[in-house]
Amino acid sequence: MSLLIYAESAEGKFKKVAFELASYAKKIADSLGTTVTAVTVNAGNSSELANYGVSKVLKVTNDKLNNFNAKAYADVIKQAAQKEGSKIIVLSSTTDSLYLAPLVAVGLDAGFASNVVGLPLSTSPFQVKRNAFSNKAFNITEISTDVKVLSIGKNSFGLVESSTSLSEEDFAPSLNDADFSVKVESVEKTTGKVTIADADIVVSGGRGLKGPENWGMLEELATVLGAATACSKPVSDLGWRPHSEHVGQTGKPVATNLYIAVGISGAIQHIAGINSSKVKVVINTDAEAPFFKVADYGIVGDAFDILPKLTQKLKEFKANNS
Amino acid sequence: MKILVCISHVPDTTSKINFVNGDSEFDTNGVQYVINPNDEFGLTRAIWFQEQQGANVTVVNVGGADTEPTLRKALAIGANEAIRVNAEATDGFFVAKQLAEVVKNGGYDLVICGKESLDYNGGMVPGMLAALLNYNFVNSCTELTVDGSTAKASREIDGGKETISASLPLVIGGQKGLVEEKDLRIPNMRGIMTARTKALTVLEPVGANVNTKAVKFEKPAPKSAVKLFAADDLDGLVNALHNEAKVI
Repeated sequence: MSLLIYAESAEGKFKKVAFELASYAKKIADSLGTTVTAVTVNAGNSSELANYGVSKVLKVTNDKLNNFNAKAYADVIKQAAQKEGSKIIVLSSTTDSLYLAPLVAVGLDAGFASNVVGLPLSTSPFQVKRNAFSNKAFNITEISTDVKVLSIGKNSFGLVESSTSLSEEDFAPSLNDADFSVKVESVEKTTGKVTIADADIVVSGGRGLKGPENWGMLEELATVLGAATACSKPVSDLGWRPHSEHVGQTGKPVATNLYIAVGISGAIQHIAGINSSKVKVVINTDAEAPFFKVADYGIVGDAFDILPKLTQKLKEFKANNS
Repeated sequence: MKILVCISHVPDTTSKINFVNGDSEFDTNGVQYVINPNDEFGLTRAIWFQEQQGANVTVVNVGGADTEPTLRKALAIGANEAIRVNAEATDGFFVAKQLAEVVKNGGYDLVICGKESLDYNGGMVPGMLAALLNYNFVNSCTELTVDGSTAKASREIDGGKETISASLPLVIGGQKGLVEEKDLRIPNMRGIMTARTKALTVLEPVGANVNTKAVKFEKPAPKSAVKLFAADDLDGLVNALHNEAKVI
Protein backbone atom coordinates (compact mmCIF):
# COMPACT_ATOMS: atom_id res chain seq x y z
CA MET A 1 0.00 0.00 0.00
CA SER A 2 3.04 2.27 0.19
CA LEU A 3 3.32 5.20 -2.18
CA LEU A 4 5.72 4.64 -5.05
CA ILE A 5 8.08 7.21 -6.52
CA TYR A 6 10.39 6.79 -9.47
CA ALA A 7 13.67 8.31 -8.26
CA GLU A 8 15.45 9.50 -11.39
CA SER A 9 19.18 9.47 -11.69
CA ALA A 10 21.77 10.45 -14.25
CA GLU A 11 25.18 8.81 -14.40
CA GLY A 12 24.34 6.96 -11.19
CA LYS A 13 23.56 10.15 -9.22
CA PHE A 14 20.06 11.07 -8.13
CA LYS A 15 18.56 14.18 -9.63
CA LYS A 16 17.22 16.84 -7.31
CA VAL A 17 13.67 15.97 -8.40
CA ALA A 18 14.11 12.51 -6.87
CA PHE A 19 14.40 14.13 -3.43
CA GLU A 20 11.55 16.51 -4.22
CA LEU A 21 9.28 13.58 -5.11
CA ALA A 22 10.34 11.74 -1.96
CA SER A 23 9.52 14.83 0.16
CA TYR A 24 6.13 15.14 -1.50
CA ALA A 25 5.23 11.47 -1.24
CA LYS A 26 6.35 11.34 2.40
CA LYS A 27 3.84 14.07 3.32
CA ILE A 28 0.99 12.12 1.73
CA ALA A 29 2.20 8.83 3.19
CA ASP A 30 2.22 10.35 6.69
CA SER A 31 -1.35 11.56 6.28
CA LEU A 32 -2.45 8.12 5.10
CA GLY A 33 -0.44 6.19 7.69
CA THR A 34 1.76 4.47 5.13
CA THR A 35 5.31 4.67 3.78
CA VAL A 36 7.23 5.63 0.64
CA THR A 37 8.97 3.16 -1.65
CA ALA A 38 11.28 4.36 -4.43
CA VAL A 39 12.15 2.44 -7.54
CA THR A 40 15.58 3.27 -8.98
CA VAL A 41 17.17 2.28 -12.30
CA ASN A 42 20.92 1.83 -12.48
CA ALA A 43 21.38 4.35 -9.69
CA GLY A 44 24.23 4.23 -7.24
CA ASN A 45 23.98 4.41 -3.49
CA SER A 46 20.36 4.73 -2.34
CA SER A 47 21.10 6.04 1.14
CA GLU A 48 20.50 9.71 0.24
CA LEU A 49 16.83 8.89 -0.36
CA ALA A 50 16.46 8.03 3.33
CA ASN A 51 17.06 11.72 4.17
CA TYR A 52 13.80 12.60 2.45
CA GLY A 53 11.49 9.98 3.87
CA VAL A 54 11.95 6.91 1.65
CA SER A 55 11.77 3.67 3.67
CA LYS A 56 12.31 1.14 0.94
CA VAL A 57 14.17 1.09 -2.35
CA LEU A 58 13.51 -1.33 -5.17
CA LYS A 59 16.82 -1.29 -6.92
CA VAL A 60 16.82 -2.21 -10.60
CA THR A 61 20.18 -2.89 -12.24
CA ASN A 62 20.10 -3.81 -15.90
CA ASP A 63 22.47 -2.83 -18.72
CA LYS A 64 19.61 -2.80 -21.18
CA LEU A 65 18.25 0.18 -19.28
CA ASN A 66 21.37 2.31 -19.66
CA ASN A 67 19.59 4.42 -22.25
CA PHE A 68 16.23 5.78 -21.26
CA ASN A 69 13.43 3.87 -22.95
CA ALA A 70 9.91 5.00 -22.08
CA LYS A 71 8.15 1.69 -22.62
CA ALA A 72 10.70 -0.35 -20.71
CA TYR A 73 10.94 2.16 -17.86
CA ALA A 74 7.14 2.37 -17.67
CA ASP A 75 7.08 -1.41 -17.39
CA VAL A 76 9.60 -1.28 -14.54
CA ILE A 77 7.50 1.28 -12.65
CA LYS A 78 4.28 -0.62 -13.30
CA GLN A 79 5.72 -3.87 -11.98
CA ALA A 80 7.17 -2.10 -8.95
CA ALA A 81 3.75 -0.57 -8.20
CA GLN A 82 2.10 -3.97 -8.53
CA LYS A 83 4.66 -5.60 -6.29
CA GLU A 84 4.16 -2.97 -3.59
CA GLY A 85 0.39 -2.74 -4.08
CA SER A 86 0.87 1.03 -4.48
CA LYS A 87 -2.27 3.06 -5.10
CA ILE A 88 -0.47 6.36 -5.58
CA ILE A 89 2.50 6.66 -7.94
CA VAL A 90 4.36 9.98 -7.92
CA LEU A 91 6.47 11.04 -10.90
CA SER A 92 8.33 14.21 -11.84
CA SER A 93 7.93 16.57 -14.79
CA THR A 94 11.23 15.86 -16.48
CA THR A 95 10.97 15.15 -20.21
CA ASP A 96 11.58 11.47 -19.53
CA SER A 97 8.99 11.15 -16.79
CA LEU A 98 6.34 12.99 -18.80
CA TYR A 99 7.08 10.54 -21.61
CA LEU A 100 6.52 7.44 -19.51
CA ALA A 101 3.74 8.63 -17.14
CA PRO A 102 0.77 8.02 -19.51
CA LEU A 103 2.14 4.54 -20.29
CA VAL A 104 2.30 3.76 -16.56
CA ALA A 105 -1.24 5.10 -16.10
CA VAL A 106 -2.71 2.89 -18.84
CA GLY A 107 -0.71 -0.10 -17.60
CA LEU A 108 -2.21 0.26 -14.13
CA ASP A 109 -5.72 1.40 -15.18
CA ALA A 110 -4.91 4.54 -13.26
CA GLY A 111 -6.16 8.09 -13.64
CA PHE A 112 -3.35 10.53 -14.30
CA ALA A 113 -2.93 14.18 -13.37
CA SER A 114 0.09 16.13 -14.61
CA ASN A 115 1.49 19.55 -13.60
CA VAL A 116 0.36 19.04 -10.01
CA VAL A 117 1.36 22.07 -7.94
CA GLY A 118 0.79 20.99 -4.35
CA LEU A 119 -0.27 18.28 -1.94
CA PRO A 120 -3.70 16.73 -2.60
CA LEU A 121 -6.48 19.03 -1.41
CA SER A 122 -8.29 15.93 -0.24
CA THR A 123 -7.55 12.22 -0.51
CA SER A 124 -11.21 11.11 -0.49
CA PRO A 125 -12.38 12.15 -3.01
CA PHE A 126 -8.87 12.45 -4.38
CA GLN A 127 -8.39 16.03 -5.59
CA VAL A 128 -5.26 17.82 -6.69
CA LYS A 129 -4.56 21.32 -7.89
CA ARG A 130 -2.72 21.54 -11.19
CA ASN A 131 -1.53 24.15 -13.63
CA ALA A 132 -3.69 24.55 -16.72
CA PHE A 133 -4.23 26.97 -19.57
CA SER A 134 -0.47 27.28 -19.90
CA ASN A 135 -0.03 28.66 -16.39
CA LYS A 136 -2.79 31.23 -16.81
CA ALA A 137 -5.01 29.30 -14.39
CA PHE A 138 -5.20 26.30 -12.07
CA ASN A 139 -7.67 23.50 -12.16
CA ILE A 140 -8.75 21.18 -9.40
CA THR A 141 -8.85 17.70 -10.79
CA GLU A 142 -10.58 14.78 -9.19
CA ILE A 143 -9.15 11.34 -9.91
CA SER A 144 -11.78 8.65 -9.52
CA THR A 145 -9.76 5.49 -10.19
CA ASP A 146 -8.45 3.21 -7.46
CA VAL A 147 -4.83 3.70 -8.58
CA LYS A 148 -3.60 7.23 -9.23
CA VAL A 149 -0.56 8.57 -11.08
CA LEU A 150 0.59 12.13 -10.38
CA SER A 151 3.33 14.11 -11.99
CA ILE A 152 4.52 17.01 -9.88
CA GLY A 153 5.29 20.33 -11.57
CA LYS A 154 8.90 21.42 -11.46
CA ASN A 155 9.90 23.39 -8.38
CA SER A 156 6.36 23.28 -7.03
CA PHE A 157 7.05 21.50 -3.78
CA GLY A 158 10.66 21.76 -2.67
CA LEU A 159 12.75 19.60 -0.39
CA VAL A 160 11.67 18.55 3.09
CA GLU A 161 14.18 16.53 5.07
CA SER A 162 12.82 13.58 6.99
CA SER A 163 15.26 10.97 8.18
CA THR A 164 14.03 7.41 7.73
CA SER A 165 15.58 3.99 8.07
CA LEU A 166 15.95 2.48 4.67
CA SER A 167 15.75 -1.08 3.40
CA GLU A 168 17.05 -1.93 -0.02
CA GLU A 169 15.92 -4.78 -2.23
CA ASP A 170 17.19 -5.84 -5.64
CA PHE A 171 14.33 -5.90 -8.07
CA ALA A 172 14.39 -7.62 -11.46
CA PRO A 173 11.21 -6.84 -13.37
CA SER A 174 10.50 -9.01 -16.39
CA LEU A 175 11.15 -7.09 -19.60
CA ASN A 176 10.56 -8.34 -23.11
CA ASP A 177 11.83 -7.42 -26.57
CA ALA A 178 8.71 -5.35 -27.29
CA ASP A 179 9.79 -3.02 -24.48
CA PHE A 180 12.82 -2.08 -26.57
CA SER A 181 11.20 -1.72 -29.99
CA VAL A 182 11.85 2.05 -29.97
CA LYS A 183 15.61 2.25 -30.36
CA VAL A 184 17.87 5.09 -29.28
CA GLU A 185 20.48 5.60 -32.01
CA SER A 186 22.40 8.47 -30.47
CA VAL A 187 22.24 11.03 -27.67
CA GLU A 188 23.61 14.55 -27.93
CA LYS A 189 23.91 16.45 -24.70
CA THR A 190 25.27 19.91 -24.23
CA THR A 191 28.01 19.62 -21.68
CA GLY A 192 29.43 22.23 -19.37
CA LYS A 193 26.34 24.40 -19.67
CA VAL A 194 23.50 24.76 -17.21
CA THR A 195 20.32 23.53 -18.92
CA ILE A 196 16.99 25.30 -18.65
CA ALA A 197 15.50 22.11 -17.20
CA ASP A 198 17.97 21.95 -14.31
CA ALA A 199 18.57 25.64 -13.67
CA ASP A 200 17.57 27.45 -10.49
CA ILE A 201 18.12 30.75 -12.30
CA VAL A 202 17.36 31.55 -15.93
CA VAL A 203 18.59 34.68 -17.73
CA SER A 204 16.59 35.38 -20.85
CA GLY A 205 17.05 37.80 -23.73
CA GLY A 206 14.63 39.33 -26.19
CA ARG A 207 14.73 41.43 -29.32
CA GLY A 208 15.82 44.38 -27.17
CA LEU A 209 19.33 42.94 -27.32
CA LYS A 210 19.34 43.86 -31.02
CA GLY A 211 21.30 40.92 -32.39
CA PRO A 212 22.99 37.57 -31.65
CA GLU A 213 26.38 39.29 -31.36
CA ASN A 214 25.21 40.90 -28.12
CA TRP A 215 24.51 37.64 -26.28
CA GLY A 216 27.95 37.64 -24.70
CA MET A 217 26.91 40.06 -21.98
CA LEU A 218 23.86 37.93 -21.17
CA GLU A 219 26.04 34.84 -20.99
CA GLU A 220 28.44 36.61 -18.65
CA LEU A 221 25.57 37.46 -16.34
CA ALA A 222 24.41 33.83 -16.52
CA THR A 223 27.89 32.54 -15.71
CA VAL A 224 28.15 34.70 -12.59
CA LEU A 225 24.76 33.44 -11.39
CA GLY A 226 25.24 29.82 -12.44
CA ALA A 227 22.20 30.35 -14.61
CA ALA A 228 20.94 28.93 -17.89
CA THR A 229 20.34 31.27 -20.82
CA ALA A 230 17.04 31.41 -22.67
CA CYS A 231 15.32 33.63 -25.19
CA SER A 232 11.96 34.89 -26.39
CA LYS A 233 10.13 33.46 -29.40
CA PRO A 234 11.05 36.24 -31.87
CA VAL A 235 14.71 35.73 -31.05
CA SER A 236 14.56 32.01 -31.88
CA ASP A 237 12.38 32.66 -34.95
CA LEU A 238 14.99 35.13 -36.19
CA GLY A 239 17.61 32.45 -35.72
CA TRP A 240 19.64 34.49 -33.25
CA ARG A 241 19.48 31.64 -30.76
CA PRO A 242 18.60 27.92 -31.07
CA HIS A 243 14.98 26.77 -30.63
CA SER A 244 16.01 24.80 -27.59
CA GLU A 245 16.43 28.13 -25.77
CA HIS A 246 12.97 29.44 -26.68
CA VAL A 247 10.87 29.71 -23.55
CA GLY A 248 7.17 30.52 -23.55
CA GLN A 249 3.84 28.95 -24.29
CA THR A 250 4.95 27.16 -27.46
CA GLY A 251 8.54 26.78 -26.30
CA LYS A 252 9.90 25.45 -23.06
CA PRO A 253 8.09 26.20 -19.83
CA VAL A 254 10.26 27.68 -17.11
CA ALA A 255 9.54 27.19 -13.42
CA THR A 256 12.64 28.47 -11.77
CA ASN A 257 13.51 30.38 -8.59
CA LEU A 258 14.67 33.48 -10.44
CA TYR A 259 13.89 34.54 -13.99
CA ILE A 260 15.63 37.62 -15.37
CA ALA A 261 14.15 39.00 -18.60
CA VAL A 262 16.30 41.41 -20.56
CA GLY A 263 14.85 43.31 -23.49
CA ILE A 264 11.72 41.15 -23.50
CA SER A 265 8.48 43.13 -23.68
CA GLY A 266 6.38 40.32 -22.22
CA ALA A 267 3.87 39.05 -24.78
CA ILE A 268 1.07 37.08 -23.13
CA GLN A 269 2.46 33.81 -24.57
CA HIS A 270 5.90 34.49 -23.12
CA ILE A 271 4.51 35.32 -19.70
CA ALA A 272 2.40 32.14 -19.72
CA GLY A 273 5.52 30.07 -20.22
CA ILE A 274 7.56 31.62 -17.43
CA ASN A 275 4.89 32.57 -14.93
CA SER A 276 5.51 29.63 -12.62
CA SER A 277 8.93 31.08 -11.81
CA LYS A 278 9.04 32.33 -8.25
CA VAL A 279 10.79 35.69 -8.69
CA LYS A 280 10.82 37.65 -11.93
CA VAL A 281 13.08 40.57 -12.79
CA VAL A 282 12.67 42.70 -15.90
CA ILE A 283 15.12 45.09 -17.52
CA ASN A 284 13.61 47.05 -20.38
CA THR A 285 13.87 50.54 -21.87
CA ASP A 286 10.10 50.75 -22.26
CA ALA A 287 8.37 51.48 -18.95
CA GLU A 288 5.08 50.49 -20.56
CA ALA A 289 6.29 46.98 -21.48
CA PRO A 290 3.71 44.42 -20.23
CA PHE A 291 6.43 42.48 -18.44
CA PHE A 292 6.49 45.14 -15.70
CA LYS A 293 2.95 44.12 -14.75
CA VAL A 294 3.99 40.58 -13.84
CA ALA A 295 7.53 41.17 -12.57
CA ASP A 296 8.56 41.41 -8.94
CA TYR A 297 11.50 43.72 -9.60
CA GLY A 298 12.23 45.95 -12.52
CA ILE A 299 14.62 48.47 -13.95
CA VAL A 300 13.60 50.85 -16.71
CA GLY A 301 16.77 51.33 -18.66
CA ASP A 302 19.13 50.28 -21.37
CA ALA A 303 20.35 46.69 -21.14
CA PHE A 304 23.60 47.62 -22.87
CA ASP A 305 24.36 49.98 -20.02
CA ILE A 306 22.91 47.93 -17.17
CA LEU A 307 23.96 44.33 -17.89
CA PRO A 308 27.73 44.77 -17.63
CA LYS A 309 27.32 46.79 -14.44
CA LEU A 310 24.91 44.24 -12.95
CA THR A 311 27.31 41.42 -13.79
CA GLN A 312 30.09 43.34 -12.04
CA LYS A 313 27.92 44.00 -8.95
CA LEU A 314 26.98 40.34 -8.76
CA LYS A 315 30.61 39.29 -9.07
CA GLU A 316 31.43 41.50 -6.10
CA PHE A 317 28.42 40.18 -4.22
CA LYS A 318 29.44 36.57 -4.86
CA ALA A 319 33.00 37.30 -3.80
CA ASN A 320 31.77 38.79 -0.52
CA ASN A 321 29.21 36.09 0.20
CA SER A 322 30.99 32.89 -0.68
CA MET B 1 1.11 5.67 -45.82
CA LYS B 2 -2.05 6.57 -43.92
CA ILE B 3 -1.58 9.33 -41.37
CA LEU B 4 -4.00 10.36 -38.66
CA VAL B 5 -3.41 13.79 -37.12
CA CYS B 6 -5.16 14.33 -33.79
CA ILE B 7 -6.23 17.89 -33.26
CA SER B 8 -7.34 19.80 -30.20
CA HIS B 9 -9.52 22.84 -30.54
CA VAL B 10 -8.06 25.33 -28.05
CA PRO B 11 -8.31 29.03 -27.18
CA ASP B 12 -5.93 31.20 -29.17
CA THR B 13 -2.70 31.81 -27.25
CA THR B 14 -3.62 35.48 -26.72
CA SER B 15 -6.94 34.61 -25.03
CA LYS B 16 -7.88 36.00 -21.65
CA ILE B 17 -8.70 33.05 -19.43
CA ASN B 18 -11.82 33.44 -17.29
CA PHE B 19 -14.32 31.06 -15.72
CA VAL B 20 -18.07 31.01 -15.19
CA ASN B 21 -20.71 29.06 -13.23
CA GLY B 22 -18.96 29.27 -9.90
CA ASP B 23 -15.54 28.80 -11.55
CA SER B 24 -16.55 25.36 -12.80
CA GLU B 25 -16.41 26.12 -16.54
CA PHE B 26 -14.15 27.96 -18.94
CA ASP B 27 -15.67 31.21 -20.17
CA THR B 28 -15.85 30.84 -23.94
CA ASN B 29 -17.26 34.33 -24.38
CA GLY B 30 -15.23 36.27 -26.95
CA VAL B 31 -12.61 33.51 -27.24
CA GLN B 32 -11.13 32.70 -30.65
CA TYR B 33 -10.31 29.04 -31.17
CA VAL B 34 -7.35 27.66 -33.09
CA ILE B 35 -5.70 24.35 -33.91
CA ASN B 36 -3.57 23.56 -30.86
CA PRO B 37 -0.09 24.86 -31.81
CA ASN B 38 1.70 21.57 -31.06
CA ASP B 39 -0.85 19.79 -33.29
CA GLU B 40 -0.40 22.34 -36.05
CA PHE B 41 3.32 21.59 -36.27
CA GLY B 42 2.34 17.90 -36.63
CA LEU B 43 -0.35 18.62 -39.22
CA THR B 44 2.09 20.66 -41.30
CA ARG B 45 4.61 17.81 -41.18
CA ALA B 46 1.83 15.40 -42.24
CA ILE B 47 1.05 17.60 -45.24
CA TRP B 48 4.75 17.46 -46.11
CA PHE B 49 4.50 13.63 -46.12
CA GLN B 50 1.41 13.96 -48.32
CA GLU B 51 3.20 16.16 -50.84
CA GLN B 52 6.57 14.41 -50.80
CA GLN B 53 5.62 10.77 -50.19
CA GLY B 54 2.01 10.51 -51.29
CA ALA B 55 0.61 10.03 -47.80
CA ASN B 56 -3.10 10.30 -47.11
CA VAL B 57 -3.87 12.61 -44.19
CA THR B 58 -6.96 12.38 -41.99
CA VAL B 59 -7.52 14.81 -39.13
CA VAL B 60 -9.58 13.88 -36.09
CA ASN B 61 -10.95 15.80 -33.15
CA VAL B 62 -12.98 14.70 -30.15
CA GLY B 63 -15.45 17.49 -29.51
CA GLY B 64 -18.84 19.03 -30.09
CA ALA B 65 -20.15 20.50 -33.35
CA ASP B 66 -18.66 23.87 -32.34
CA THR B 67 -15.17 22.47 -33.06
CA GLU B 68 -15.92 21.83 -36.75
CA PRO B 69 -14.49 25.16 -38.00
CA THR B 70 -11.13 24.05 -36.56
CA LEU B 71 -11.36 20.76 -38.51
CA ARG B 72 -12.37 22.69 -41.65
CA LYS B 73 -9.28 24.84 -41.20
CA ALA B 74 -7.16 21.68 -41.10
CA LEU B 75 -8.85 20.54 -44.33
CA ALA B 76 -8.15 23.95 -45.87
CA ILE B 77 -4.48 23.57 -44.93
CA GLY B 78 -4.52 20.34 -46.92
CA ALA B 79 -5.77 17.32 -44.97
CA ASN B 80 -7.70 14.87 -47.18
CA GLU B 81 -10.56 14.18 -44.81
CA ALA B 82 -11.75 14.79 -41.27
CA ILE B 83 -13.42 12.87 -38.48
CA ARG B 84 -15.16 14.32 -35.45
CA VAL B 85 -15.98 12.09 -32.52
CA ASN B 86 -19.06 13.67 -31.06
CA ALA B 87 -18.21 13.94 -27.35
CA GLU B 88 -16.86 16.52 -24.93
CA ALA B 89 -13.11 16.11 -24.48
CA THR B 90 -12.96 16.34 -20.71
CA ASP B 91 -10.65 13.51 -19.70
CA GLY B 92 -7.43 12.45 -21.44
CA PHE B 93 -8.08 8.75 -21.02
CA PHE B 94 -11.59 9.04 -22.46
CA VAL B 95 -10.20 10.95 -25.46
CA ALA B 96 -7.41 8.41 -25.97
CA LYS B 97 -10.00 5.60 -25.98
CA GLN B 98 -12.02 7.39 -28.69
CA LEU B 99 -8.91 7.97 -30.79
CA ALA B 100 -7.80 4.35 -30.36
CA GLU B 101 -11.12 3.25 -31.84
CA VAL B 102 -10.64 5.57 -34.83
CA VAL B 103 -7.09 4.27 -35.38
CA LYS B 104 -8.15 0.60 -35.19
CA ASN B 105 -10.94 1.11 -37.70
CA GLY B 106 -8.89 3.25 -40.07
CA GLY B 107 -5.67 1.23 -40.15
CA TYR B 108 -3.33 4.21 -39.82
CA ASP B 109 0.43 3.72 -40.03
CA LEU B 110 1.36 6.94 -38.35
CA VAL B 111 -0.59 8.86 -35.71
CA ILE B 112 0.63 12.40 -35.02
CA CYS B 113 -0.57 14.21 -31.91
CA GLY B 114 0.77 17.35 -30.24
CA LYS B 115 2.69 16.53 -27.07
CA GLU B 116 0.19 18.56 -25.07
CA SER B 117 -2.76 20.88 -25.59
CA LEU B 118 -2.48 24.46 -24.49
CA ASP B 119 -5.77 24.42 -22.57
CA TYR B 120 -5.67 21.50 -20.12
CA ASN B 121 -1.94 20.80 -20.60
CA GLY B 122 -2.57 17.18 -19.62
CA GLY B 123 0.14 15.83 -21.93
CA MET B 124 -1.33 12.36 -21.66
CA VAL B 125 -3.35 11.61 -24.80
CA PRO B 126 -0.47 10.61 -27.15
CA GLY B 127 1.11 8.22 -24.62
CA MET B 128 -2.19 6.71 -23.54
CA LEU B 129 -3.21 6.23 -27.17
CA ALA B 130 0.07 4.46 -27.93
CA ALA B 131 -0.34 2.27 -24.84
CA LEU B 132 -3.93 1.36 -25.71
CA LEU B 133 -2.91 0.42 -29.25
CA ASN B 134 0.39 -1.12 -28.20
CA TYR B 135 2.11 0.99 -30.88
CA ASN B 136 5.59 2.44 -30.73
CA PHE B 137 5.65 5.93 -29.27
CA VAL B 138 7.97 8.93 -29.46
CA ASN B 139 7.16 11.95 -27.30
CA SER B 140 8.49 15.54 -27.50
CA CYS B 141 9.31 14.74 -31.11
CA THR B 142 11.19 17.49 -32.98
CA GLU B 143 12.11 15.75 -36.26
CA LEU B 144 10.45 12.94 -38.16
CA THR B 145 11.16 11.10 -41.40
CA VAL B 146 9.72 7.83 -42.68
CA ASP B 147 11.41 5.41 -45.06
CA GLY B 148 9.25 2.39 -45.89
CA SER B 149 8.08 0.99 -42.58
CA THR B 150 10.79 2.63 -40.47
CA ALA B 151 10.65 6.05 -38.88
CA LYS B 152 13.58 8.11 -37.70
CA ALA B 153 12.80 10.72 -35.10
CA SER B 154 14.50 13.16 -32.81
CA ARG B 155 13.29 13.73 -29.33
CA GLU B 156 14.02 16.67 -27.10
CA ILE B 157 15.57 15.63 -23.81
CA ASP B 158 16.53 17.83 -20.88
CA GLY B 159 19.69 19.52 -22.13
CA GLY B 160 19.96 17.92 -25.55
CA LYS B 161 18.40 15.63 -28.08
CA GLU B 162 18.11 11.96 -28.81
CA THR B 163 17.88 10.29 -32.21
CA ILE B 164 15.49 7.37 -32.33
CA SER B 165 14.42 4.72 -34.82
CA ALA B 166 11.16 2.80 -34.62
CA SER B 167 9.05 0.75 -36.94
CA LEU B 168 5.53 1.75 -37.95
CA PRO B 169 2.81 1.83 -36.74
CA LEU B 170 3.92 4.70 -34.57
CA VAL B 171 2.36 7.39 -32.38
CA ILE B 172 4.10 10.77 -32.14
CA GLY B 173 3.74 13.43 -29.46
CA GLY B 174 4.97 16.32 -31.56
CA GLN B 175 6.09 19.87 -30.98
CA LYS B 176 7.88 22.77 -32.66
CA GLY B 177 10.76 21.45 -34.72
CA LEU B 178 8.64 18.90 -36.66
CA VAL B 179 8.38 21.93 -38.91
CA GLU B 180 9.53 25.47 -38.27
CA GLU B 181 7.24 28.35 -37.45
CA LYS B 182 7.80 29.81 -40.93
CA ASP B 183 6.58 26.55 -42.53
CA LEU B 184 3.13 26.81 -40.95
CA ARG B 185 0.48 27.47 -43.57
CA ILE B 186 -2.30 29.96 -43.68
CA PRO B 187 -5.16 28.47 -45.71
CA ASN B 188 -5.52 30.14 -49.10
CA MET B 189 -8.85 30.79 -50.84
CA ARG B 190 -8.59 27.67 -52.97
CA GLY B 191 -7.90 25.55 -49.88
CA ILE B 192 -10.85 27.07 -48.07
CA MET B 193 -13.15 26.40 -51.04
CA THR B 194 -12.07 22.77 -51.49
CA ALA B 195 -12.29 22.18 -47.72
CA ARG B 196 -16.03 22.77 -47.93
CA THR B 197 -16.51 19.70 -50.09
CA LYS B 198 -14.10 17.37 -48.31
CA ALA B 199 -15.58 14.62 -46.15
CA LEU B 200 -16.12 15.38 -42.47
CA THR B 201 -17.46 12.25 -40.83
CA VAL B 202 -19.14 12.45 -37.43
CA LEU B 203 -18.83 9.36 -35.24
CA GLU B 204 -20.56 8.66 -31.97
CA PRO B 205 -18.24 7.92 -29.03
CA VAL B 206 -17.54 4.44 -27.71
CA GLY B 207 -18.12 3.75 -24.04
CA ALA B 208 -15.04 4.51 -21.94
CA ASN B 209 -14.20 5.31 -18.36
CA VAL B 210 -13.78 8.90 -17.34
CA ASN B 211 -10.84 8.70 -14.94
CA THR B 212 -10.38 12.36 -14.11
CA LYS B 213 -12.61 15.36 -13.93
CA ALA B 214 -11.80 19.06 -13.64
CA VAL B 215 -14.11 20.07 -10.81
CA LYS B 216 -13.09 23.69 -10.39
CA PHE B 217 -10.80 26.37 -11.80
CA GLU B 218 -8.88 29.14 -10.12
CA LYS B 219 -7.06 32.17 -11.41
CA PRO B 220 -3.64 32.98 -9.97
CA ALA B 221 -3.73 35.44 -7.08
CA PRO B 222 -3.28 39.04 -8.27
CA LYS B 223 0.31 40.16 -8.14
CA SER B 224 1.57 43.01 -6.08
CA ALA B 225 3.06 45.86 -8.09
CA VAL B 226 6.58 45.63 -9.45
CA LYS B 227 9.29 47.17 -7.30
CA LEU B 228 11.33 49.48 -9.50
CA PHE B 229 14.97 50.39 -9.07
CA ALA B 230 16.72 53.25 -10.80
CA ALA B 231 19.17 52.23 -13.51
CA ASP B 232 22.05 53.36 -11.29
CA ASP B 233 20.76 51.55 -8.17
CA LEU B 234 21.94 48.05 -8.97
CA ASP B 235 23.04 47.62 -5.36
CA GLY B 236 19.37 48.02 -4.47
CA LEU B 237 18.39 45.22 -6.86
CA VAL B 238 21.14 42.86 -5.72
CA ASN B 239 20.25 43.57 -2.12
CA ALA B 240 16.55 42.87 -2.74
CA LEU B 241 17.29 39.61 -4.54
CA HIS B 242 19.49 38.50 -1.66
CA ASN B 243 17.70 39.74 1.45
CA GLU B 244 14.08 40.02 0.39
CA ALA B 245 13.49 37.45 -2.35
CA LYS B 246 16.33 35.22 -1.08
CA VAL B 247 17.05 33.83 -4.53
CA ILE B 248 20.77 34.65 -4.76
